[in-house]
Amino acid sequence: MNKLWRFNGGVKLSGFKSLSNAAGVKRPPLPKRLYLPLQQHIGAPAEALVEVGDKVYKGQLIAASSSFISAPVHASSSGTVVELKKHIIAHPSGIAEDCIVIETDGKDEWHSSISALSNPDALDLDELRSRISEAGVVGLGGAVFPSGAKLKPTRSIDTLVINGAECEPYITCDDRLMRTRPREIIRGLLLLRRLVNPTECIIAVEDNKPEAVQHLRRAIDELKSEGIGSVSTVRVVAVPTLFPAGGEKQLIKVLTGKAVPQRGLPYEVGVVCLNVGTTAAVYDAIYEGKPLISRLVTITGPNVKHAANYEVPIGTPVQHMLDIAGADDTGGGEQNRLIMGGPMMGHVLPNAQVPVVKATNCILVEPKADVVPTTAMPCIRCGSCADVCPMHLLPQQLYWHARGKAFDKLDHHNLADCIECGCCAVACPSKIPLVHYFRFAKTEKKEFDAKAIFADQSRVRMQIREARIAQRERELEERKAKRKADRLKKKKAKAAAAAASANASVDDQDQASNGVSV
Amino acid sequence: MKFELDTSPHLQPTASVHRVMLHVLLGLIPGAIAMIWFFGWGVWFNIVIAIVTATGAEAMMIRSRGGDARATLHDLSAVVTAVLLALALPPLAPWWLTVTGSLFAIIITKQLFGGLGFNPFNPAMAGYAALLISFPREMTQWIPPSMIAEHPLGLWDTLVVTFAGSLPDQLPWDAVTAATPLDLMKTRLGLMDTIGEIRSNILFGDFGGRGWEWVGNWFFVGGLWLLYKRIITWHIPVAVLGSLFTISLLFYLTNPDAHPTPLFHIFSGGAVVCAFFIATDPVSGCASAKGRLLFGACVGILIFVIRTWGGYPDGVAFAVLLMNLAAPSIDYFTRPRVFGEDRGS
Repeated sequence: MNKLWRFNGGVKLSGFKSLSNAAGVKRPPLPKRLYLPLQQHIGAPAEALVEVGDKVYKGQLIAASSSFISAPVHASSSGTVVELKKHIIAHPSGIAEDCIVIETDGKDEWHSSISALSNPDALDLDELRSRISEAGVVGLGGAVFPSGAKLKPTRSIDTLVINGAECEPYITCDDRLMRTRPREIIRGLLLLRRLVNPTECIIAVEDNKPEAVQHLRRAIDELKSEGIGSVSTVRVVAVPTLFPAGGEKQLIKVLTGKAVPQRGLPYEVGVVCLNVGTTAAVYDAIYEGKPLISRLVTITGPNVKHAANYEVPIGTPVQHMLDIAGADDTGGGEQNRLIMGGPMMGHVLPNAQVPVVKATNCILVEPKADVVPTTAMPCIRCGSCADVCPMHLLPQQLYWHARGKAFDKLDHHNLADCIECGCCAVACPSKIPLVHYFRFAKTEKKEFDAKAIFADQSRVRMQIREARIAQRERELEERKAKRKADRLKKKKAKAAAAAASANASVDDQDQASNGVSV
Repeated sequence: MKFELDTSPHLQPTASVHRVMLHVLLGLIPGAIAMIWFFGWGVWFNIVIAIVTATGAEAMMIRSRGGDARATLHDLSAVVTAVLLALALPPLAPWWLTVTGSLFAIIITKQLFGGLGFNPFNPAMAGYAALLISFPREMTQWIPPSMIAEHPLGLWDTLVVTFAGSLPDQLPWDAVTAATPLDLMKTRLGLMDTIGEIRSNILFGDFGGRGWEWVGNWFFVGGLWLLYKRIITWHIPVAVLGSLFTISLLFYLTNPDAHPTPLFHIFSGGAVVCAFFIATDPVSGCASAKGRLLFGACVGILIFVIRTWGGYPDGVAFAVLLMNLAAPSIDYFTRPRVFGEDRGS
């Protein structure tokens, strides 16, 4: 039962977790304004339901889900909608997207519809699913895939995996969540268990978080003694600390030995995998009736005075959190580099005005002075990258072909399977920014493929056009020929008629000469 | 407008090419000392001449291409090439031979193909092969190990031989040179002598050539250091030595009179240094584990084939160069199965 498997490669990284995991969860004061992007998830953006000047309450639905793969947005505090405009969002390009801007009134008043359910365990499955979707729950591990869509698997499920691995350095929000709300996570898990009906449930935690494991196990025992029998199918498993053990496919491999098929989804091997934060959000949505309007965010970094985990309302500007956490950045972002997410897979923020969104698990404040500029050396094909690649790719070959834009070779070496975890780049002795090359090659390839499709379409269109022209010419020819034949026939008939009328007076010789003219 | 390259991962890699090459050099030290011990100061002069020439040539080439010569030399790859080439040359090689080989290795084989990482052939072996073809007489003037040398040369005498080409006391060349054990084995087998008769020669030790086998042992120790430091993986050394051992064992078992023992093959000539230091050159070798096994196995077999039926007593250089040619194809056909990939069955 407790056998663990291993995935190829991976890297051992210093955790830096103690910077932020010592303190309990803190609640920051409300910001003056909340910026709520309509798109914080994978899929179609939500559609705004409010107008400028509307009064909104905490938890109120302000933008509705627009399709099956989409998620609604709720007001994360009470106040007034002051603007519907494009605001800079957490994207490395500094792109601006549609946001609902709420000026908070400081009262933090809940909307009247928000109340705890009296008997949540009696809900039927469809009701449960739709409540999860309506609460705007998305994958909080970083993928922000609408959870409702994940909970209707089309085949039987063997294992429900709750991912608390948190393998990225610096991030401790899941660690802290598991320590503070273990009961809620397990009760959320039991709800998910009803939905996907697995034979076993596993909460996976990297073994560098023994306190989290302890808290979860204790909560299981408590719930068991309270008479909740279904909790006995839940196991808490400590997995070896090895980045990226928290990657969905890698974690499933470690726990079950099953490899999710290439470009496939976990349900294809009978597994459903959700993050611990998502599981707690499911609990809140069902038992408390609360939509997803806040999340735990790790604010950390070597120079952050109050590095800790904060329960941050969605839409809070990052600057507000930096002020509270004491990340001195008086130089207006000049002296620090802000990374949303971890140092391996997170991305640099364009500035501190961007809002915290559902995907924000960590704000890493790094002094720019610590960032050493490196020059890439030529690849010596040492293979360190291939040794650490958790997808078992050959990054050195991909790099070579990415430079040469050899798209067929990139296909042969499965570029599309790269999860951009960054292991190859940190293992590279030549310090080549490999992931950067692969991202670039993926975009180039997309464009190349689009052009190929366009060229194909153009060719087909051309062929159809040529066929059409040929057809028309043929028809024209036929018509011409027909007209000519008709004309001749008419002439002939005329001549015949003339001959017939002249028959009486004309002798056999004339008829013969008529025949010649035909 | 210049954008800062600031994408994930944001952690700095700790490994460096400099470190890799430095460990290779450290790994070569025991074997090099053993060679100096058994074959005299000539080995040392070869190493010094090769390093000076190779780094000079590398700096010149980089500067002529407008690059930063200091940064390039810092990676130490030219030094590694120089040392490997120097260790393969006869200890009393004239200075111009070492210089020519080093220039060929660095300029023709490495820099003209684009420098570090772009050379399809192992530079040291290409330099060695070029010398062997161009100057066969100088390249085969080996000397016996010190304990059986009748006229061992001191530091000064060796220096004179290396730079002036004249032996002390009007000694004839035949007095100081001797065939290598592999050479002797090949010649005498050609004369239809049996292994037993050949091995009674003073040149032979317990397994391979006298002295040579100890050189092999010390290179082996250096190779273990590279494995321990994870500079190389086990695949190529195991494959080279394993295949050489297996194929020579097969022939030895069929006819022990006409084929030397597998241990003779391993402990004579360049088999051990090839397995750990030459065939493991990543640039001109294979990338995947399976590819490396295949690459190494073929090198081992080719060494045996060239030694047994080829025109040269040792086959390391040509075996490695031939497999360098095959490496891209091997890489193409040995791509590992990607996570979750279904290849039928």
